[in-house]
Order: sequence, then structure tokens, then C-alpha cells
Amino acid sequence: MTQILNPLASPLVKGHAMPVQSPDDTAHTPMIHTTVPHAHAAAPVGEPKIKARDVKVFYGDKQALFDVNIDIPAKSVTAFIGPSGCGKSTFLRSINRMNDTIPSARVEGSIEIDGADVNLKSVDPVVLRSRVGMVFQKPNPFPKTIFENVAYGPRIHGLATGKVELEAIVESSLKKAGLWNEVADRLHQPGTGLSGGQQQRLVIARAIAVSPEVILMDEPCSALDPIATARIEELIDELRSQFCIVIVTHSMAQAARVSQRTAFFHLGKLVESGPTEEMFTNPRDSRTQDYITGRFG
Amino acid sequence: MTDATFGAAPPRSAASTAMEARLKKRHRSERIFKAQGLAAIIVALVFLVVLVGRIVSQGYTTFESHTLSVPVYLNPDRIDRSDLTGVNYDYIVAEAMMKKLGVQDDDLGTVSTKVQDLVSRDFGFQLLNKIKADPSLIGKTITVSGSLKADADLYFKGEIKRSTAEGDRKLDNQQLDWLEQLRKSGAIKSGFNFAFFTNSDSTEPEQAGVLGAVVGSAMMLIITALIAVPVGVLAATYLEEFAPKNRWTDIIEVNINNLAAVPSIVYGLLGLALFINWLNVPRSSPLVGGLVLALMALPTVIIATRSALKAVPPSIREAALGVGASKTQTVFHHVLPLAMPGVMTGAILSLAHALGETAPLLMIGMVSFVPGVPEGFTGAATVLPVQVFIWENASERAFHERTAAAIIVLLVFMIVMNAAAVIMRRRFERRW
Repeated sequence: MTQILNPLASPLVKGHAMPVQSPDDTAHTPMIHTTVPHAHAAAPVGEPKIKARDVKVFYGDKQALFDVNIDIPAKSVTAFIGPSGCGKSTFLRSINRMNDTIPSARVEGSIEIDGADVNLKSVDPVVLRSRVGMVFQKPNPFPKTIFENVAYGPRIHGLATGKVELEAIVESSLKKAGLWNEVADRLHQPGTGLSGGQQQRLVIARAIAVSPEVILMDEPCSALDPIATARIEELIDELRSQFCIVIVTHSMAQAARVSQRTAFFHLGKLVESGPTEEMFTNPRDSRTQDYITGRFG
Repeated sequence: MTDATFGAAPPRSAASTAMEARLKKRHRSERIFKAQGLAAIIVALVFLVVLVGRIVSQGYTTFESHTLSVPVYLNPDRIDRSDLTGVNYDYIVAEAMMKKLGVQDDDLGTVSTKVQDLVSRDFGFQLLNKIKADPSLIGKTITVSGSLKADADLYFKGEIKRSTAEGDRKLDNQQLDWLEQLRKSGAIKSGFNFAFFTNSDSTEPEQAGVLGAVVGSAMMLIITALIAVPVGVLAATYLEEFAPKNRWTDIIEVNINNLAAVPSIVYGLLGLALFINWLNVPRSSPLVGGLVLALMALPTVIIATRSALKAVPPSIREAALGVGASKTQTVFHHVLPLAMPGVMTGAILSLAHALGETAPLLMIGMVSFVPGVPEGFTGAATVLPVQVFIWENASERAFHERTAAAIIVLLVFMIVMNAAAVIMRRRFERRW
């Protein structure tokens, strides 16, 4: 525990938005207690859920990602860390082919989910994205009711045969996202009227509602205050038992708290990846060492 | 030494004085800018007030009209039952009026002619219609009321003055005396000019109204809206959301922007060549007018829709794509509904523009005398701005006040349309 938090407690990390546990920072201790213990679960074994081999991404002539090779295990949280513009979001968006929406983007190499390459022509991105949900940096609920936000995915994918079934999906998704108790009595009010943290949980409920296997989160807490962040982190830890979660974060403290594995990206290259504990206590690469101790980035 | 200097720093250094001067200058330029903006608004308002004030002051008299009620003896000696339409009803009316005025016709009929000049020919038609409907009225006395001839009306409105030399005005002193006499006896009353709204164009100014033009404008706008809005919105949606960005779409975009700036009369020529000469659409009909104006409105609708679509935050697209919506679902479930207020604004603006358009309609035969409500989308029609144009060119003075009145009706039509747009936009915005 102390070993893990050691680099994070260093004064150099204070520049980050995330609260850092320190003896006089008692206001945030509860969240640290609830989330940190899970971070030590052993790295899962067996066939990886996502297998990336020699992934290169180009935006026009500019290469943004160089030969990324990584295995991401199922039912665990993998964190991508690295300085801004290092390609971690680009790689994340390649997994569910969100890069398709950028006309100049081109992906090479293979990204396999359960052994099937997502970039094959035969793979329909619509089907892929129903299996690989995504949560974005800024909460982006549809300007519709809370119910409609969650019901939209199941409805377009035909996951519910009737109104009752749809309501059941909405309820269970909101419960899983830990939002049910707060919104049960106002399901038909606009989702955009919720607070930032609630909106982000609503968006997670929306992603869960289509029963994905993988959930990609692109800096899900960067627009939230520490309390809301703690709530989301708790939620990520709960969801870990059912989904393969990949989270991009700028906060190393967050990576340490929520993830079992961490991958460090730098200048479009995957520098190193491994169990979170190892990465933070005993990084193999000097660049990782420099980054997590706050010497750059 | 250095420490001492720092400790005893003067309260005003040269830098801070310069800073203060700059600050003053900044405040002053802000005040000047505000004053200029206010002045610009005042100038615009003055122009608007002058414009509207002039039109209203010229046109409001149209909404008042003077009507005459007179008992008419349907003299059986003058009515040939076998040829009802051939009867000189105008003379029967003149007789009734002369009786009322207590004057006698001379052998040349000069008195009866002068009397006839005071009332609308509508009286004669009323008699014909009444007798046709019920021939038993012949030999009885019935009361008929109708509008005065435009010149007599203008006398009561002060447009024709007794102080003008007798030879320079349409009515001589005797006629004016008669009018005064009729007014005193209560036979002539003034009231709201309903006829202006229930009649269509006529050669007689007192009979002319805007109904045909209003209906024609409405029918033409329906055609324009039905074509320009769906085609424009779909074209813009495709270009903005689906089309690849390459040289071809660039060329299309440039051309659309250029088309928005093409003079409207060119669209009239295009419509004449394309719709009338080639496709044989009946000319001067609301259909062909609507088609031409739809062509004209399309670029504006497309440009407005595209900018409305551009304004939808990309996060909404990502959100929809992220849960596995297809491109089409993303656009039609989320992006387009959010862009709808902007689309509506653009559509209504271009329709309002189309409503006031005259030049292209000149090319497709809509400048014609149409004395009635259009019989359908392919029937002959006139529209409000063209009606204004036609009346403005008329020689009779009474048409000029009607020109201003028709402009008022046109402006009210536009205000109603814009208000409807605002209400509709509010509704779309509230849709959750």
C-alpha cells in the first residue's frame, strides 16, 4: 500500500487534478479506502479479451501510433496513462472503430476481440460498438429524458420485445450504474438536468444497457469534481466483475486506484505495460519512471 | 541598498501612470463603441418607423369605406322580363337616387349620368342578381346598399377637396353638393371596408380587394415550402453528414453558395424556360410560381440547414455512435432534431423572402389581371407583391391608397409567418 502510494504522495504529483492522499487531506479519505483495496486483485489469467498486434494509426500523413502490441484481459480494469497527445485515446478509439468517423484516420495492424479482428471489412461497426461500449471525457447524455437515454441503445438493437422488458433493462442498467436511487422518481425528466457526475453515470448506464463485453472510458472523470470522481471509480470497480474495462486517464493516482493493469504510452509508442502494482513500484523503463514520478508530462 | 529601494517604492511609478492612461483609453474606446452601436440601432429604427409610418399613413384610409343605402323602385316598365340581363339597371339606381336627391333628369340624361358617377356599378349587378333570384320583386321597392364610387369615397376622405379648381377634379360642385346632401340625410355611412378583404382585383378601385392575392400567395408558398424545405434539408443533411469531403463536394458547396446570390429574376427566366416552355406547367399559376420560388429558396435553406447541423456538438454524434447507432440513426434520431430550430429559422426566412418576391414572377406571367380567387394550383393567380406592383401602376388615384393597404396586408402576412416560426421553434426546442 505504502509502496504504491509512494510516488503518488510525492509533491510533484500535486499538479494533477486528482486528490492525492496525504495525512492532512482527510476530506477524501473515504473514497481512497473504498477503492484502493480492490486494486490489488491478482492480474487475471487466461486468454486475453483484446489482443492488439502492431497497431499503427495514421491521421493523414501523420503517424499517431507506432506498433502497439498489448493484451488486455477480460473482467479487469486496464488503465492507459501517458502525457497528452501520446496516442492513448487514439488507441482506445481504434478498439471500437470510432476512428472510422474521422475521414483521414487509417488503422493498420490487428486488434482482435475474442480472436476476431475488428478491422475486417466483414465486421459491422454498428455491431462492434454494441459489444464495445464507450464513455467519453465530457458527459454527453442525449438531450432527452433519463429513461430515453438508457432505452435508446436497447431499442435500436432490438434487445427488448416489449415495454415491460425495456423498463426492466433501464432499471437494471441504472442500478448497475448506481444511479437508480437518485433518479427513480424522475425518469422522465431531461438527462441533461442532472449534475456532471450523475450525467457521467447516466452515460455509463446507457453503455451498460446494450450489454457490452468491453467498456472503453476516455478520461471519464476529467470533467468531474473529486466526490463525483470517487463515485465513478467505485462504480468502475464494481463493474469490473462483469466487463472488460479499458480506461484512459491523466491521473496516475486514479490509474493506481482503479486498475489492475496499466499501460504507459509516450509519443505514440506503448512504452510498457504490466500489472499496475509493478508499474508503479518497479517500472522497467526509465521514461515510465520519469512520468510516474512527475518528472515530465 | 537595493532592499531599501524596494522597501520605499514610490506609490506611483512611471509604469503605473502609463498603465492608468492606457486603462482610461481602453474605457474610452469602449464607451465610444457602445455609443456607435446605439447610434446604429437608432438610425435603423428611424428608417423602419419612417417606412412603416409612411405606408400606414397612406394606406389606412383604405380600411374605411363609405356605403350608400337607397330604396330602389323596380319599375316594371323599365324591366323586360324576357331579357333580364339587358336591362339598364344603372339607370334604375340613378332614378332612385335622383328621387332621393329631389332632382329631375334632363332630356340629355346629364343629371342621371352625373348621379351614376357617384356610386359603384355594383348596385346594378346587385339588382340583376336579386331579380334573377326572385322575379316577384319587380314592381316593389327594395333597399340596396353598396359602396360609393372611388372618387366619391376619396372626397369624404379628404383626398378630393372642394378648394381644388372645379375643372381639375373628377367631381363637380353639384356632385359634391349631392354627396353632402346624401350624407346629411343618413343615406351615406362610413364603416370598415370588409370588401377589401372579401373581394379580389377589379377594374373598379372601390371593388378591388386583396382576397385573390392573399389566397394566391398562400397557395404559392405551400408549393414552395413543400418542395424547398424537404429537398433543401435532405440535400444539406447529405452534404454535411454523409458526403465525403473531396473536390466534388467542394464544387457543389461553392455552387450552392453562388446560387444563393443569383439575382431572382434569373430564376424567373429559368422557370419560364424549364417549367413553362419545356414542362408545360400552366403559366401564371401558383404551381409554377411555387416551383420557381422553391428553386430560389433552395440554396438559402441548404446553407441554413448546414450551419444548423454544424452547430450540433460532435459529442452527441459520438454518444449515438458509441452505443452502436448507425450513421443514419445518429443523424435522424439525434443530430437533425437538435438542428431543427435552426432549420426552421432558415426555412421560414427563405419562405418570407419568397413571399415578398416579385421579379421572377414577372417572367412567368403572374403580372396579369386576375379578378378572382385562383381556381386551384394550376389556375390563374396573382400574389400580394405582384398585386402591389399592378396597383402602383394603375392610373386611378384610389388604387394608390390600395397599394399601401396591400403592402400593409403583405407585412401582416409576413409577421404572422414569422410569429408562427418563432412558436414552432419554441416547440421544437422544448421537445425532450
